[in-house]
Amino acid sequence: MELDIVELSRLQFAMTAMYHFLFVPLTLGLSVIVAIMETVYVMTGRPIWRQMTKFWGLLFGINFALGVATGITMEFQFGMNWSYFSHYVGDIFGAPLALEGLMAFFLEATFVGLFFFGWDKLSKTAHLVVAWLVAIGSNFSALWILIANGWMQNPVGAEFNPDTMRMEMTSFFEVMFNSVAQAKFVHTVSAGYVTAAVFVLGVSAWYLLKGRHVELARRSITVAASFGLASALSVVVLGDESGYDASHNQKMKLAAIEGMWETEPAPAPFNLIGFPDQEARETHYTIQIPIVMGLIGSRSLTTEIPGINELVAESEDRIRSGIVAYDALMTIREQRDATPQSVRDTFETHGDNLGYAFLLKRYIDDPRDATEAQIQQASNDTIPHVWPLFWAFRIMVALGFGFIGVMLYFFWRSSFRGQTYPRWALRGAVAIIPAPWIAAELGWIVSEYGRQPWTVDGILPTALSVSHLSVADLALTLAGFMLFYTILFIVEIGLMLKYIRKGPFQDVEETEEWTARHEHRLRTHDGKGPFAPEPAE
Amino acid sequence: MILHDFISYDVLRVIWWALLGGLLIAFALTDGFDMGVGALLPFVARTDVERRIVINTVGPVWEGNQVWFILGGGAIFAAFPPLYAVSFSGFYLAMFVILAALIVRPVAFKYRSKRDGARWRETWDWALFAGGAVPALIFGVAVGNVLQGVPFELTPDLFSRYEGAYYAKFIGLLNPFALLAGAVSLAMLITHGAAWLVLKTDGIVAQRARRIGTVTGFLTMAGYGLAGLWLAVGIKGYALADAAVSNGPSNPLYSEVLRTGSWLSAYSERPWIAIAPVLGFLGMGMALHGMQQGGGGRSLLWSKLGIFGAISSVGLTMFPFILPSSINPRSSLTVWDSSSSHQTLFVMLVATAIFLPIILAYTAWVYKVLWGKVTEADVTDSDSAY
Repeated sequence: MELDIVELSRLQFAMTAMYHFLFVPLTLGLSVIVAIMETVYVMTGRPIWRQMTKFWGLLFGINFALGVATGITMEFQFGMNWSYFSHYVGDIFGAPLALEGLMAFFLEATFVGLFFFGWDKLSKTAHLVVAWLVAIGSNFSALWILIANGWMQNPVGAEFNPDTMRMEMTSFFEVMFNSVAQAKFVHTVSAGYVTAAVFVLGVSAWYLLKGRHVELARRSITVAASFGLASALSVVVLGDESGYDASHNQKMKLAAIEGMWETEPAPAPFNLIGFPDQEARETHYTIQIPIVMGLIGSRSLTTEIPGINELVAESEDRIRSGIVAYDALMTIREQRDATPQSVRDTFETHGDNLGYAFLLKRYIDDPRDATEAQIQQASNDTIPHVWPLFWAFRIMVALGFGFIGVMLYFFWRSSFRGQTYPRWALRGAVAIIPAPWIAAELGWIVSEYGRQPWTVDGILPTALSVSHLSVADLALTLAGFMLFYTILFIVEIGLMLKYIRKGPFQDVEETEEWTARHEHRLRTHDGKGPFAPEPAE
Repeated sequence: MILHDFISYDVLRVIWWALLGGLLIAFALTDGFDMGVGALLPFVARTDVERRIVINTVGPVWEGNQVWFILGGGAIFAAFPPLYAVSFSGFYLAMFVILAALIVRPVAFKYRSKRDGARWRETWDWALFAGGAVPALIFGVAVGNVLQGVPFELTPDLFSRYEGAYYAKFIGLLNPFALLAGAVSLAMLITHGAAWLVLKTDGIVAQRARRIGTVTGFLTMAGYGLAGLWLAVGIKGYALADAAVSNGPSNPLYSEVLRTGSWLSAYSERPWIAIAPVLGFLGMGMALHGMQQGGGGRSLLWSKLGIFGAISSVGLTMFPFILPSSINPRSSLTVWDSSSSHQTLFVMLVATAIFLPIILAYTAWVYKVLWGKVTEADVTDSDSAY
């Protein structure tokens, strides 16, 4: 495959964003878990909770450094690789990015230093406040970046200005309270909480299996399981909300996820499994569950959800209308204030479809000269690549339900079985540590790959969004980023493992003394260790 | 929403131009000493304990300081999208080098002292050196190029195109005037970092910092003066051909630009702006003087004044230009034709007015908590020091 500027820019963005998102979910969740642990410490005064705060806080810090480092790239990459995108929608898209800096980055970055350096310099309560401010800062940053991303999925509160050749904001409130953005925010943040819960659960389970740091591990599992259960439920519920929103704003994405080529009579069935075939426009060997798709997509039994073929036909109409808008725009740009009212009216009527005319720019400079074949080709371009979406979505959802099961199980053992755990369950908890990352990355593939061929849905095609760069420019920076990121990733994993192996090393004496003093109370109900009795041979 | 009509478009544009300058200056004043300290690290500290002392003077604060840069990026995007779009893609490889340095820096701070071993630590020390020195140099080089004009032009669709092959684009940035500007920027931030170390450390480290800071302080003044002379005789300035349309739509192609006079003619049109270079020289001179006398705190404050003067002199000299084009002057970006819409500027101003004072307040509080010199005991006794 010949890689051109557009493909390379996309590859670079996908690579750097997905890499960034290896660290973000853990930061989001672990900051909250650490703050919860410190809250328990301040309320009970038990040194073991301070030790837990410091230990998980240290792992948080190692992860946070790479989240920050890779986040810097994201802030500047829009201007570097997506110059026309930055010009065309910067009036709307830039605002949440700047607000993210004002409200979130300063908060987390200023207080994260104090979190690590302030133990001896601050009162207990003041330090607790600092821990919560770090957590709030991280979560706020997710809010603003998802408002920006939500706008790319569902561009509300903006209109095109022919004078400046760009989209301009008409309502900041619509941009901020965009329903897609809000659903995405809670979905993403909850996914981060689940990630951290699975991480804490897995590492603690490993300690129990090794018989090390038993008190710390048991308490950590209790926190992780209760926090994780609530979050895992929230991920799935809000994921469903996102699906409902997609049916209103991004019908094509929904149809592609479902592999649904033809519009089915309401309520549509859900393809549990199938093999989408882009060429034949068909999904083979489907196993269907009746009615479910209709319920997810429309929350009703009578509303029809359009299939891909119907949506392509709709796109074709919009491309033709966009060409009319483009023609009017050229007149407005030439004649400026002297433009006849009739031309302005034409633009008013067809302006919403201008972005569809831009789809033709991949094939021809002036959309007005497009041939019939090119219009057909551009309409077909509006179908995203179906099979990756179809499968990424199904694996993500399966994992999401899996997390509910895991958390429910550990919550039950920790609350009603005296914090004892069978060895197989502990081994399982260690084994599933990578799973939430897989689910999160697949989620982004569904969301962003499913938005193609657009950067901003229906407004600006990806092919038009890039910078004036050469293949050499992009190849060089792509190789550079890959090299840097790979080295940093290896270093990070190495450090994480080193400190997990080392275990908690702060406040050791104080904690041990306290544990010894309270040992009679700390025993579980059967007076034995943390393991559930092995089944009789 | 008609709220935004309370402040007229041209006033908002000037406010945002000043705010961007303010962010850039805040970045130089705060993260400037972090970068200066990074650049000084191999030279002022030889043993591992000395190096840890130096690193821990900025350890708890550099992260917050760096956010001024990130916020600067976000604010340019929000307030002057064409500037964000044109400059970052135009300075593509230079931006990449800065990013690489800034990616390595946070990791170096956090990871350096998490393992023993001379080679591990030595490697991260060089990363900290590069993370400080390289951006300090390139920021200056970028300013030097902006003053000479950047080879870009806008198509009627406002897509920005650049002249030359990619490597030429990068090598072309490294012209003599830009290198001078880069050297001034590097020397200025090293001086700033030296003043910080004199304030925050004792003994041999402070002594070495003082010695180096005195030299770089002198070089900064000499280089800044030389750059001013060069600007007067060797570089053509830009001017709007007609009276500025300050309330018009943000389309750079709507105005004609001439390239005839000198940038310094701004000083005859607006004589009051001469205060900026005067403050620049005064601050740098007094910082130099203070460093010789041995007072770290005073030198740091004077150095801040010097940086404030030097950076604002560039902005005020160029006003209303932000990014002039060397190959097609008409494409040049000015305050009047490359801003966001009236409403976006207004909304963002309200948000800034609410959050900036809060940020300043808690940042000041954190500095107060961390007040005092960093000593050997601080790094060897603590289990959380870098």
